[in-house]
Order: sequence, then C-alpha cells, then structure tokens
Amino acid sequence: MWINFSYLCWAVSAALVAWMLYDWYKTDTTYSEETLTSSREGEIEATAERHKV
Amino acid sequence: MSQATMTASAPQKISLSRVLGPGHVWALGVGIVLVGEYTGWNFSADKGGSLAALLVCWIIGLLYTSVAMIDSEVTSTIAAAGGQYAQAKHIVGPLMAFNVALYMVFAYTMLEVSDAILVGDTIVAKANTDGLTHNAFLAVTIVSLAWLNYRGVLATLNFNFIITALAYVAIIILFLSVSPWSQGAVLKLGEMVTPANSLPYGWIGVIASFHFGIWYFLGIEGTTQAAEEVRSPARALPYGTMAGMITLLIAGAMTWYVCASLMPWEYLGVTAYPLWDAGRLTGSALLENMMFFATLLAAIASANGCVNDSARAWFSLGRDRYLPTWFSAVHPKYRTPYRSILFLLPIALAFAFIADLNQAITFSILSGVLQYTFMSVNIIMFRNKWPLGSIQRGYTHPFHPIPAIVLFILCVTTFFAIFLGYGAQLTAMVVFYLAVSVWFHFYRYQYVRRGDQFTMPWPKPKGY
Repeated sequence: MWINFSYLCWAVSAALVAWMLYDWYKTDTTYSEETLTSSREGEIEATAERHKV
Repeated sequence: MSQATMTASAPQKISLSRVLGPGHVWALGVGIVLVGEYTGWNFSADKGGSLAALLVCWIIGLLYTSVAMIDSEVTSTIAAAGGQYAQAKHIVGPLMAFNVALYMVFAYTMLEVSDAILVGDTIVAKANTDGLTHNAFLAVTIVSLAWLNYRGVLATLNFNFIITALAYVAIIILFLSVSPWSQGAVLKLGEMVTPANSLPYGWIGVIASFHFGIWYFLGIEGTTQAAEEVRSPARALPYGTMAGMITLLIAGAMTWYVCASLMPWEYLGVTAYPLWDAGRLTGSALLENMMFFATLLAAIASANGCVNDSARAWFSLGRDRYLPTWFSAVHPKYRTPYRSILFLLPIALAFAFIADLNQAITFSILSGVLQYTFMSVNIIMFRNKWPLGSIQRGYTHPFHPIPAIVLFILCVTTFFAIFLGYGAQLTAMVVFYLAVSVWFHFYRYQYVRRGDQFTMPWPKPKGY
C-alpha cells in the first residue's frame, strides 16, 4: 500500500509541475513583460491607504 | 482627450494582493516555527542535557522576544514585501540589504528542505515497509506547497492557519492527557532529570545547546514578509507577531515538560520525533497516532510558510534590480510572485534530495542568526536616524536599547555555540556571504536604479 502511495505522490508532483509550467507559459505569452513586472514597492501602500470602508 | 488616450495606453499595474489579517500573520509566523517543537529543539538536550534544553528555551525565548519587538516596530513603519530586506535598504544601505535578503532566502529555503525531509522520514518511519524511500514524499510536499503558493496567498495562509492550529491543539491535548499536575502517574520528571544528570557537561553544555535551542522559535520573524499583503500593516504585523511569540513560548514550555518527563536526556537528545515518541510513551494508540499526524501537519505548515517567505524575499531583490527584474513578475490572476516561486522550487528539491537533515538545519540556523545580529544594529540606527516623533510608527517597542543589546549578546553566544559543533559550516557560510557581497558591490550594483529603491516618504535622517 505504501509503495503505491509513493507512486501516487510522484504522479501528483508531476501533474502539479506540469500545470505550473503550462500556466507560466500561458501567462508570459498573454501579458507583456512591462505589465507583469509593474509592481513597485510603496505604491501598494499609497493606493491602499486611500480606500474608504 | 489626450489624457484619456494616455490612460488607455498606459500598461496595466499588477501588484500583490492586500487580503490578509492578523490571523494570517499569526499563521505564517507560528506555522513556520511550530515544527521546532516537534523536532529540532530536543537536539539541545544532546548538547547539554534536559535542564540545558529548558534553560535555552527561556534564554532563546528572550532572544526571539527581542526580535519580535524590534521587528514589529520597524516593519509596522516600513511595510513592504521583503521584510527585513526593505528595512536594511532604507536604514543601513544596499549592500546590507542584499545580504539580509540572501540570509532570508537561505534560512527559509533550507528550513523548507528540512521540513520536507521530516515529512518524508516520518511517513517512512510510520510505514516501516521494505524498499520505501522518502523521495516521493519530499517531492510531493515541496511541489504541492509551491503550487498552493502559486495559486494565491489567501488560500495559502488560510490553509496554514488550520493546520497550524491543529498541530498546536495536539500539543495541548497531549499535555492535558498526561496529568501534568500529578507527577508519578504518567510523567516522571524527578526520575528523568536528577541533580546528577541535569547538566551532564556543565555550563559549557548550556552554551553549546544554544545551537539547537534556536529551533524553539526559528522563523517567527517571517511574519514581516506579509507586510505588503496585509490589509493594515501597522495593526496586523505587531499584533500577529507578538501573539505568535506568546503562543510559541507556551508551546515550548509544555513540550519540554512532557518530553523531559517521559524520556531520559540521552534519548531525548537524539530522537527525531520527541513529541511523537512522547505520544507513544503514554501507552495510548490514540495519542500516538494524533502526534504522528500533528508532526506531519507542523512540518507542512512550516514548509508552506517558508515557500511564501523565500519567494517574497527573492521577488523584492528582483523588483529593486538587485537581481534581474524578471524575478519581480506578479501573476496577473493570482497576484503572487510566481516566477520567484518557480525559480526556488527546483533549488529546494535539489537540496532535499542531497542534503542531510542536520546540515540543512544548521545552514538555516546560521542564516537566521546572521539576520538577527543585523536586526540588533538596525534598530539602533533606526532610532538614531529617525528618533521617536520624527516619523509615524505603527508600534513602538519598550525599553530601547535593552532589547537590541540583549539580542546582540545572545546572537554572539549562539555563533560561539554553532562554532563548537559546526565550525567548518560557519566559516564556509561567512566566506560565501563575503564573496557574494564583493560580486554585488563591484558588478551587480551598476544595474540598480539608485534613486528608485528608496520608497518611504520620510524626512531626511537626523545628521544628514
């Protein structure tokens, strides 16, 4: 049973890696590099503090 | 018209998502640390005996209380992903910041590796099956947690909150189940710890036990990595960090009391599963199985928090061009630093397959203590450059500069303790950080946009 469980773990790992690689490829080909790397330190703080609840 | 056109053509801004509260901060900090109660702290008994393990719980508790207080003040003021990296950048300078980020990436990645090895070894020990190795369990732990982190921070830390709380409740249930108020029924502290064997190597053994005593609380400073993703940094970070520290001090004391009352120091100091063994020694199959699952949950929670923190430290380096900006990408849908998560995934897997558990733990501890040493200097500089009243602080820690001095002295003592057991690794690590500092100063820093990296709207520091 444990040996079969270890095979299942390998299969799950491989499937998740494949999914992440596919999503990575899809994301990088859909959006521009400028957009993906547009995060700036401090900007989040400044915009978020402006919101009103 | 021209303004509308400009707005339409401007690139869309993608940033990390601000969705976390104090509970998530607690889950991140305690989640990373709690595995230290399930394994790690007990190796300090091997260095100095059971009483030494208790003494370092208190002394290292003092070290980490200083860390939590100092961190809460600085991070509630500099709320940015990267935590101590952003602190070092603004207060000390770029070279210190680069080093601090590397300390964090190493500390968290090696801790993640240690956690995954623990998961694998625990399952193999439970299975007791010929031909079964831990490799598949290491892989599924590291990969599935990377996937969870890739998919979003809210789900990641909700998951961490649940499994950390379960692992913590397991310690409380074990503690209450052994009638802690009645020595002799199950617990036999008087027989296990006697005047003759309490400090088998004397006071030098107490100093030596600092090395693994760090594991009682290693990683609580990781709460600061959530600074850019909490809804209210000034409230959530101090609250979550201090609550986490209180939680862990209680857990550490309960763990020592139960384990030291059930096992002789010679066994306690070498077992990889002190709490699981404690559950087994009660004679209850229910408690034994509960502590087996709780050991797995604690290790998974720790690895999960480490993936979160190491990726954010790496991401911050990319965002400031200390590393290629490619690493600073944020996923447009999940709002996570997905490239940093993916980049660190094979590194963690490689170390998990080749590293020995003790070596991985030692590299993690070394990087952590280097970071704490920096923090003691950092807070002195912070208070000198921006005295109280000159900028708004979310939290102001009391008794300054006593916590900074205590922290520095205890860090120096811990370095000495590590040197006693792992002098070669300590020297190799220091040489490595010196080499990458030279690379950063003479090569990489030319690519950094120097004005852009300082983002806090503060007045000029005093004396400048």
